[in-house]
Amino acid sequence: MKMRAALLGAVAALGIAPAAFAERGADGEVKLTFPQAVSIVNPYLSGGTKDILAAAMILEPLAVVDPDGVLVPRLAVEIPTMENGGVSADMTSITWKLQPGLLWSDGTPVTADDAVFTWQYCTHPEGGCSQATKYEGVASVEAVDPSTIKVTFAAPKPNPYTAFVSGLSPLLQKAQFEACLGAAAPTCTDANNMPIGTGPFMVTGFTVNDTVSMTANPNYRDPAKPAFATAVIKGGGDAEGSARAVMETGEFDYAWNTQIPPDSQAAMAAAGKGQFVVAFGTLVERIEMNMTDPSADLPEGERATVKHPHPILSDIKVRTALSKAIDRSILVEVGYGAGGKPTCNIIPGPEAWASDNPACLTQDMEGAKALLEEAGWTDSDGDGIRDKDGKKLSILYQTTVNPIRQDFQALIKDWWTELGAEVELKAIDPGVFFGGDAGSPDTFQKFYADVEMYANNSDNPDPETYLGQYQCKNAPSPETQWQGENINRFCDPAYDALHAELTQTTDIAKRQEIAKKLNDMVTKDSMVVVPLVHRGTLSAHSNTLGGVQINAWDMETWNVADWFRVK
Amino acid sequence: MLTFTLRRLLLAIPTLLVISLVIFLLVDLAPGSPMSDIPLTVPPDVRQKMIEALGADQPVFVRYVLWLRQFFWVEPAYLFDSWFGTTLSEGEQRILSWQSRSPVFTIIGQRLPQTLTVIGTAYLVGVLIALPIGIYSAYRQYSLFDQGGTLFAMIGFSVPTFFSGTLFIIIFAVWLGWFPTKYDTQLEVVDWDTFWEQIRQMALPVMTLGLANAAAISRYMRSSMLDNMTMDYVRTARAKGMTERTVVLKHVLRNSLIPVVTVIALGIPSIFGGAIITENLFGVNGIGAALIGAIHASDLPMVQTLAFIFAVLIVLFNLIADILYGFLDPRIRYD
Repeated sequence: MKMRAALLGAVAALGIAPAAFAERGADGEVKLTFPQAVSIVNPYLSGGTKDILAAAMILEPLAVVDPDGVLVPRLAVEIPTMENGGVSADMTSITWKLQPGLLWSDGTPVTADDAVFTWQYCTHPEGGCSQATKYEGVASVEAVDPSTIKVTFAAPKPNPYTAFVSGLSPLLQKAQFEACLGAAAPTCTDANNMPIGTGPFMVTGFTVNDTVSMTANPNYRDPAKPAFATAVIKGGGDAEGSARAVMETGEFDYAWNTQIPPDSQAAMAAAGKGQFVVAFGTLVERIEMNMTDPSADLPEGERATVKHPHPILSDIKVRTALSKAIDRSILVEVGYGAGGKPTCNIIPGPEAWASDNPACLTQDMEGAKALLEEAGWTDSDGDGIRDKDGKKLSILYQTTVNPIRQDFQALIKDWWTELGAEVELKAIDPGVFFGGDAGSPDTFQKFYADVEMYANNSDNPDPETYLGQYQCKNAPSPETQWQGENINRFCDPAYDALHAELTQTTDIAKRQEIAKKLNDMVTKDSMVVVPLVHRGTLSAHSNTLGGVQINAWDMETWNVADWFRVK
Repeated sequence: MLTFTLRRLLLAIPTLLVISLVIFLLVDLAPGSPMSDIPLTVPPDVRQKMIEALGADQPVFVRYVLWLRQFFWVEPAYLFDSWFGTTLSEGEQRILSWQSRSPVFTIIGQRLPQTLTVIGTAYLVGVLIALPIGIYSAYRQYSLFDQGGTLFAMIGFSVPTFFSGTLFIIIFAVWLGWFPTKYDTQLEVVDWDTFWEQIRQMALPVMTLGLANAAAISRYMRSSMLDNMTMDYVRTARAKGMTERTVVLKHVLRNSLIPVVTVIALGIPSIFGGAIITENLFGVNGIGAALIGAIHASDLPMVQTLAFIFAVLIVLFNLIADILYGFLDPRIRYD
């Protein structure tokens, strides 16, 4: 008997040993720093990624997207598909099963009602929910039973993984937010700053635009996680300061968005205290060509509208020549270092969705010049600037105030000047450029310039919505108060038709094929969009922080439960 | 003196009202949108809904009157409630920040202590360094010490804080590793260890700001001392056989302090205003960092309220400086 007990004890000790090693809260504190401070911990009212990154440590969705762009269940038992019967054959509903025994951090059970409530919260007409697109096309969300959530769509939805998927669309606790529907949403300060969640951490202290203090959630479903007892996010300063605090002084374990010049990256990495990690999503720095005439001579209301095609850039040869003259690898070297790579696609990833399109990667100045000659742009008066029919090849090139963008402008201006174009540069405050104020002449939507440069991305690995931006109907105009995502006013009925086909296609291989075709139609086939650099998100983590798996398809903090201290 | 003070206080009311309107219009007319930080993946109709939820689509005068009401009635009522447990402000909408949806005054309440400790200490350190330098520089004019003081003042004046701050970070935090670069606002001083920690984290921002403050004040002190040193009463004092110590520290210093005190008093509102660059650089979550963050995000209620509070403080400290002046210099009386 004694022998048996001893043996059992030995077996138990062996079994427990690894578990004891990875005990919850054994690794003390993990410290994160963001160049922009967290303003609010409710992703549905948030103004930016910084807030959602913090929220993703506390609130969880039914499923997340892993670094390879693959869906992984989080609160759900499995990913519903047509094969396992979770998605209805007509694609109008998806049914999620909650894991058994899930608890909120306050100890109450998670039920399907919480999901129903979350949907009501975000779709309330007066709520101003910033993630409303996640619930677009959702006709109803029902709690079939306490652990079954059925989402019904108004029309067949080939990609039903939007609502309750990714850190942008997590579950809120009904009990906490019940009084915060609609217009009352912003007034629930405590709930918005200290939401009750199911994630590995819970908020214990919040100072607006400064610090979020968290402790391990005692009711987290994996009793061995998180390895850290507490977590702190300190915000503010700039990318350089955040990177330094991780890479040089070692005060912090993780810094998000440390986009600093390549030479500083190298210098900081040399200090040997940490490393930069980069994740490539779909963010592409691009030059958008204006297909309409932005001339100030046109009456207000007609300027930069489809009524007047662009006098120079309407010619595809000119657009192609401008793209050919650019050396994208130099741009990457100067601006991004490890944080970027040259690209010719607006959908550079995931790999299965990206078109094989390397044509623009090598600079071809002679070819570009020949194209312009062919198009009739010659330097007839010998002043070094090409002209055609008395009109000079003169380009106004605008972007936001940002040191890397100003470097890009200078380089590209040189190349285009060599090509024989006259280039005027303009830099606009980002608050104005992206502000969308219909009264301002300087918004990117109004596009009172010939070309403009900024970055954009798809927030879903499936680019259907993102590609939908280039449909004719989305062109900004005075009638739409200059709102709309088809910045170039590109209009091709064939594109619209193909996109409509995409929304009806369910076969994944077919979808990818169509997406590639659509990508090519706006890039290499028409050069309306001139992609420059595929930008990654560059973050830094200390050598003593383990388990970091940077993720471009979901929040970088998606697997914070698995982070641990390297000893 | 009392009538003077009352008259000035009454006069301040229309002044402040005009200031508040001007600030409101200025901030409102400035380009930018509270939506500019939101990723481009959020479509225009959702943005429009968000703007409506903020109330940012209301006409400017509606918002101004609403703000006046919130500032002068709801917020004081709320404060009164929290002190005496009354329910004056029940159901009333407090001023909410657009960026964080938190009440603006809660944010200010969170941030003022940091600003007062760090910026206030820097100001105090600056004054404590500046006065002796100014006094001794004037007493030994053109001496080596005076030259050194001039050099110090010139550096303090001409080197911007974003440069000196970064330099201090590289020298004292990266190379020597003495001080942290990021201010930990959650640190509570409970024992000697945490007190020492607090001193360490305050060292760099205080050094950066103290240098700039000391530079200006030491020059005022020096020139004011020089003016008085050549006065007849100083010669009389010396002729009476008083020690140099008494002459300089009693007779000259007291008279020289009058203009310097005014300068110091007028600088106090800037302590409340925080130091935008230094706070941002070291991650001190003070008022200055709040202001610049709000400006970037076009968070109108926050910018408006902060700017107006600064206006109130400036008007107030101008008055205090004037009263102090009369108090220090018997020749000046306002009645």
